[in-house]
Amino acid sequence: MRKACRLVLAALFTLITGSGAFAGTYDLTIDEMRAGYDRGERLTMAVNGQIPGPALRFTEGEEVTINVTNRMDTDTSIHWHGILLPYTQDGVPGISFPGIKPGETFTYNFKIKQAGTYWYHSHSGLQEQEGVYGPIIITPASREPYKYDRDYVVMLSDWSDEKSEAILGHLKKNSDYYNYAQRTVGTFFKDVSEKGWAATLKDRADWGRMRMTPTDISDVSGYTFLINGKSAAQNWTGLFKPGERVRLRLINGSAMSYFDVRIPGLKMTVVQADGNNVQPVPVDELRIAVAETYDVIVQPKEEKPFTIFAESLDRTGYARATLAPKAGMSGEIPALRPRPQLTMADMGMDMGGMDHGAAAGKEEVAAPTMEHGAMAGMDHGAMPGMDQPDSQSGIAPKAAKPGGKVLVYGDLKAMKPYAEYRAPDREIEMKLTGNMERYFWSIDGVKFSDAEPIRLKHGERVRFTFVNQTMMSHPMHLHGMWMQLDTGKKKFNPLKHVVNVPPGQTLSVDVPADAMGEWAFHCHLLYHMATGMMRKVIVEGPVAANVEMRHE
Amino acid sequence: MNKRVPAFLILFCMLTANASAMEEHEPHFLFFQADQFEYRAQDGRDSLKWDAQGWYGGDYDKLWLKTEGEKPAGGKTEKAEAQVLFSHLVTDFFDVQAGVRYDPEPHPRRGYAVLGVQGLAPYYFETDAALFLSNEGELSARFEAEYELLLTQRLVLQPSLEINLAAQDTSARGIGSGVSDIELGLRLRYEIRREFAPYIGVNWERKLGQTADIARRDGEDTDVPSFVTGVRFWF
Repeated sequence: MRKACRLVLAALFTLITGSGAFAGTYDLTIDEMRAGYDRGERLTMAVNGQIPGPALRFTEGEEVTINVTNRMDTDTSIHWHGILLPYTQDGVPGISFPGIKPGETFTYNFKIKQAGTYWYHSHSGLQEQEGVYGPIIITPASREPYKYDRDYVVMLSDWSDEKSEAILGHLKKNSDYYNYAQRTVGTFFKDVSEKGWAATLKDRADWGRMRMTPTDISDVSGYTFLINGKSAAQNWTGLFKPGERVRLRLINGSAMSYFDVRIPGLKMTVVQADGNNVQPVPVDELRIAVAETYDVIVQPKEEKPFTIFAESLDRTGYARATLAPKAGMSGEIPALRPRPQLTMADMGMDMGGMDHGAAAGKEEVAAPTMEHGAMAGMDHGAMPGMDQPDSQSGIAPKAAKPGGKVLVYGDLKAMKPYAEYRAPDREIEMKLTGNMERYFWSIDGVKFSDAEPIRLKHGERVRFTFVNQTMMSHPMHLHGMWMQLDTGKKKFNPLKHVVNVPPGQTLSVDVPADAMGEWAFHCHLLYHMATGMMRKVIVEGPVAANVEMRHE
Repeated sequence: MNKRVPAFLILFCMLTANASAMEEHEPHFLFFQADQFEYRAQDGRDSLKWDAQGWYGGDYDKLWLKTEGEKPAGGKTEKAEAQVLFSHLVTDFFDVQAGVRYDPEPHPRRGYAVLGVQGLAPYYFETDAALFLSNEGELSARFEAEYELLLTQRLVLQPSLEINLAAQDTSARGIGSGVSDIELGLRLRYEIRREFAPYIGVNWERKLGQTADIARRDGEDTDVPSFVTGVRFWF
């Protein structure tokens, strides 16, 4: 009787405090498994026997316990991408913890302090490409500022029939191994007939002198693009009733692929970026960089199927899914658009400013000719691509729909002002560099293995200015702390965990150094991170507190 | 083929095994490429020719192997050499290489110290320049360049040039001082995979100056055009 009373009291208490889900336990097992799409299977890695791994649904304020068991004969880890947590729970081997050894279970424990759409993935070796990734959905404690009737995760990813180690080996031995869209004798004569001999020869000479090619817009091809683990042929389908508002949680869980996403016939209203609510922006199309997330709301009114069409940036293929009033329907699939090519504008206009990245180098790389110094003035009107797609660029996104609206970073305005917004205490410039020919990537010309950590003081506000001196886009990801992308909106600058820095461009983020410990900061293109485009960031307290920062 | 070539491969493998024991956290890779592995049909005396190289190591430091040689069809190997070099990346595109070279053929045999530069020059020319100092004190040099012209994404026309120079006469090995020979090639390959490409082509070797004089004295050709059929492969 007394026991029953206690139970009733406990139940009442739970009702009063408003939630029964303030502690949750989740079990993930990482194991080898056979998987494949369209062209046979191979041995790969997966979480709980599925690719992507199971969606983890948390509630803001919940104390989560996640047991991650390693059933493989190699080390593994899980990193909670975009989640604010104690650094020992961040899951980066060599920085937050030693990793999870074969046969072991590591128990993660942290309190959920945020809401929105995120994801998780292995941070060991190249396992993320193999299939060790999955979505995270966090329900907010308070009511959301938008309404919707249905809620679907749309997780994009790139599957390769080759093992990720083989891909890296190919790139190291032949950096254009995967580029089957190179300039040929045929394209030379095509250009001659369009632009004339002089312009074509000058163009070939300009690129040849740099030992670069405008077709080098992606490093790896041969991918099968997936939505929620389904190939375009398998057609993942989300159901709706006409008139319903459907929330799509777009997550780019690819190793290397950017996507241009659109749903022909529907406007997408962007309501969240990287888990943070933004003031709604209706768009026709958006480009999602690797590891970014965008939540959009669509409202299909007709009783017909709509295609979610996600072309890879290099146009070697597409991921496709369908929103349909009933299962088994299929909408029209648009044709792939032509593969974009870089222009000299993408290279930072003046080629003197480009640099392959001081391979020899551990020395300082020449400052680019772009006037990023002017950025300090916070006047971003001049920054190409921030408020509208850069018309000079060959790879800036363009709407497929004539006159259509493409999302640009300048559109992102935080839903709520950031209370502690203030001018940064100092600025750290990060030159994004690399050696495309030998295929290794770096920051300030130095690979991660040769680099000193970046030290921040707890409580300071640091502006990181990314200066992209390479010809590739880099999705830069900081663990543990938000990056407030400077779009010129001050306290309404959006909070991001990944910011895409297009080739030849410069952009700045302000980081409130509010999380003690050691954090990873890297390009989220898997093979860029793996070959050196990474740093360790150490957030230190007052000198006396340093003792606490040691690893156990 | 010459028995010594496999011996050099074994040496290479032994050296790379040592290198892997020294490996830190930077991943190391193993690369081997036969750029020429071909049958040369030429007037009177056909031959087999190989020209291959490989490396083991990381981004900046590599152990490099180069080997080339020629064996007349049905005869014994006439020319063979192997180099084992330490290679260090000094600019974005160029490695400086230093090491040893050994020529088991022709006789008298020679060993050399090697100092070279290899890399991708502006306008996409693959280049390799090296100085050789033999155990007899003879100095020689070699310059090689290649270009790849893409006819399609898989059909590649590859012109190549090799120039050999010597600082003195080594008549016992048929070499005179000055520019000793040049070799021009034009090979058309089809990349079934990037790693495997059969090819056909033409090759022209021309001995020059005193080297040509020595060849004429010995009743050898100074001018050797050939049609080649082969396969370029790497792993």
